[in-house]
Amino acid sequence: MDRRRLFALAMKDLKRMVREPGSLFMFILFPAVLTLVFGLSFGGIGGGGQTSFDVAYVNLDQGGAWGGYLLGNLSSLEIFKLEEYPDNRSAWEDLEKGDLQAVIIIPENFGSSVASYWAAPGDPSSWRNTSLSLSIDAGSMTAIQTIPPIVQQVMETSIFGEGPKPRPITIGSPSLVQSREFSLYDFFVPGLFAYGVIFIVMEVGQSMTIDRERGLLRRIRTTPTTSSEYILGHTMSNMCIAFVQVILIFTMALLMGYSPLGGTPSLMMAFVIVVTFSLCCVGFGLITASVAKTSGSATGLAFIFILPMMFLGTFMGFALSPGMQAASRAVPSWWVTDALTSMFLRGLSPTSPAVLQNLAVVAAWSIASLLLGIAVYERFGRD
Amino acid sequence: MIRNMVTDLQKGNTSIVVKDLVKRFDDVTALDGLTLEIKPGELFGLLGPNGAGKTTLINILAGIADPTEGSVEVAGFSMPGQSGDVRELIGVCPQDTAVYDYLTGRENVELFGALHAMPSRDVRKNTDDLLERLSLSGDADRRVGKFSGGMRRRINLIMALVHDPQIAFLDEPTVAMDPQSRRAVWDFIRSLRDRGKTIILTTHYMEEAEELCDRVGIIDNGKLIATGSPDDLKKQNGSEDLEGVFITLTGRSIREGI
Repeated sequence: MDRRRLFALAMKDLKRMVREPGSLFMFILFPAVLTLVFGLSFGGIGGGGQTSFDVAYVNLDQGGAWGGYLLGNLSSLEIFKLEEYPDNRSAWEDLEKGDLQAVIIIPENFGSSVASYWAAPGDPSSWRNTSLSLSIDAGSMTAIQTIPPIVQQVMETSIFGEGPKPRPITIGSPSLVQSREFSLYDFFVPGLFAYGVIFIVMEVGQSMTIDRERGLLRRIRTTPTTSSEYILGHTMSNMCIAFVQVILIFTMALLMGYSPLGGTPSLMMAFVIVVTFSLCCVGFGLITASVAKTSGSATGLAFIFILPMMFLGTFMGFALSPGMQAASRAVPSWWVTDALTSMFLRGLSPTSPAVLQNLAVVAAWSIASLLLGIAVYERFGRD
Repeated sequence: MIRNMVTDLQKGNTSIVVKDLVKRFDDVTALDGLTLEIKPGELFGLLGPNGAGKTTLINILAGIADPTEGSVEVAGFSMPGQSGDVRELIGVCPQDTAVYDYLTGRENVELFGALHAMPSRDVRKNTDDLLERLSLSGDADRRVGKFSGGMRRRINLIMALVHDPQIAFLDEPTVAMDPQSRRAVWDFIRSLRDRGKTIILTTHYMEEAEELCDRVGIIDNGKLIATGSPDDLKKQNGSEDLEGVFITLTGRSIREGI
């Protein structure tokens, strides 16, 4: 194995991915677009076309009408559907359930603080400083990005107006609350990772048959490059593609309001599992390229591997009948989706036995399919 | 192995030896008992119409096809058993242009330099030099998919030679080229020969063989029907050119077979 050859072959494939519009769309943009569309349809931003936020408030202000004045201005905005709660606890419970996007708590000394400001706008030492509490659903990236600046702006314009700065009232750093209820999108997202990667079967099948059709495979065989290096070059480039897919899908999902349980360790484990799964898809791609004699037939043959994995082992899986759900364990993508569901939806640790078992099964599939793919390619695929 | 090869060349050992070579594809005999010797540093032309067996012979010499019968040695290495050693020494320019359309001209050449495990600095130096000599420097950073047919063929040739091989198999390198490009390639091939490279050139252009080759072998229907220098063959057959030699030997024009 020569690393210069491996690097050159992998870079060649990555350049194809970037420079050929069809490949770029199929393997990079399509999974991202799918995540976006699903997010809009079923997720935090979508939520049936959500254009406003359900916000609870608890008004503890005992210093006059300032608190009510602020709430009146907030409720005049179409983007907020304000609902009064009797106490903090009930508001927080609904926020945790996912019924609300935010909770505003106006402190007891809110009114007196505003009054102290207007009594001596230029004398901060005489003010009674306080803080307005704002809690936001961590599952909605849109709420996190949208609500704090709007509340800040309304408070500035409606209470302090053109008065001199600074102000005696600040909005406390928004506390993010994890909702325990999940949207349909939360169920879809783990399957989207596997969905994006399974198309590597087609990519490997097509690129190798194109190399063969155009005489490039023969040409490479006149160089010292071995079959192992050629295959490993493809494997490396597709692992990179899978890595990029994970980043894109995860980023898009977060932007669409996806709120996975688990932190960085879970995300790292997701990378490991998905990239391992990409090896399995390379193996299936090798088999496809070896059996197919043209790039067109490779596209068709690839679906022999893609369709079962797509229907049984990705985001479509949870809608299957009980019988088919049992059968879906026969495809490797199911184990990927199950691992990611365990970490992101069920909150299991990445080192929990269930997740490690998923990883072991995916790894076993990958080793088996790669070895079989290499054997079939050596026997039938080189000419 | 490369050192051994150079030693063999310096001793004047025969570079390529083919004995009683037969290659069959199902019921078609592409090569029929072909015997041939090519010396180190020789520019040897394989002449014949399309389908005569020239490319099949090149493929066997390059280790991408196995002989059905007979023996083949390239630089002292037996084929196909030692084809891995031979690939270190050869450069092959295929008849059909085999390039990556989505890579630039420079990237195609540098890729094949890397496949020969050349140090990056040498790859860049050789690439620049070859692109300059075949008048492609100005277009080197455009994608090959946008190249004209002649430019693609020149890149095809450069990709075979970027690693400065001891033995070059050039399979119809000038086919479909305009006269100006063809002349440029001829000059380039002459410069390779002047540097002591062993070159096996297949062509069905008789004037190309007369212009370039030290010796030629005429193949027809998988058989080697004559070998010698262009002048010797013309004298032996009482012809003014190699086209006449082919007509004398086969009873038909080489063009009829194309």
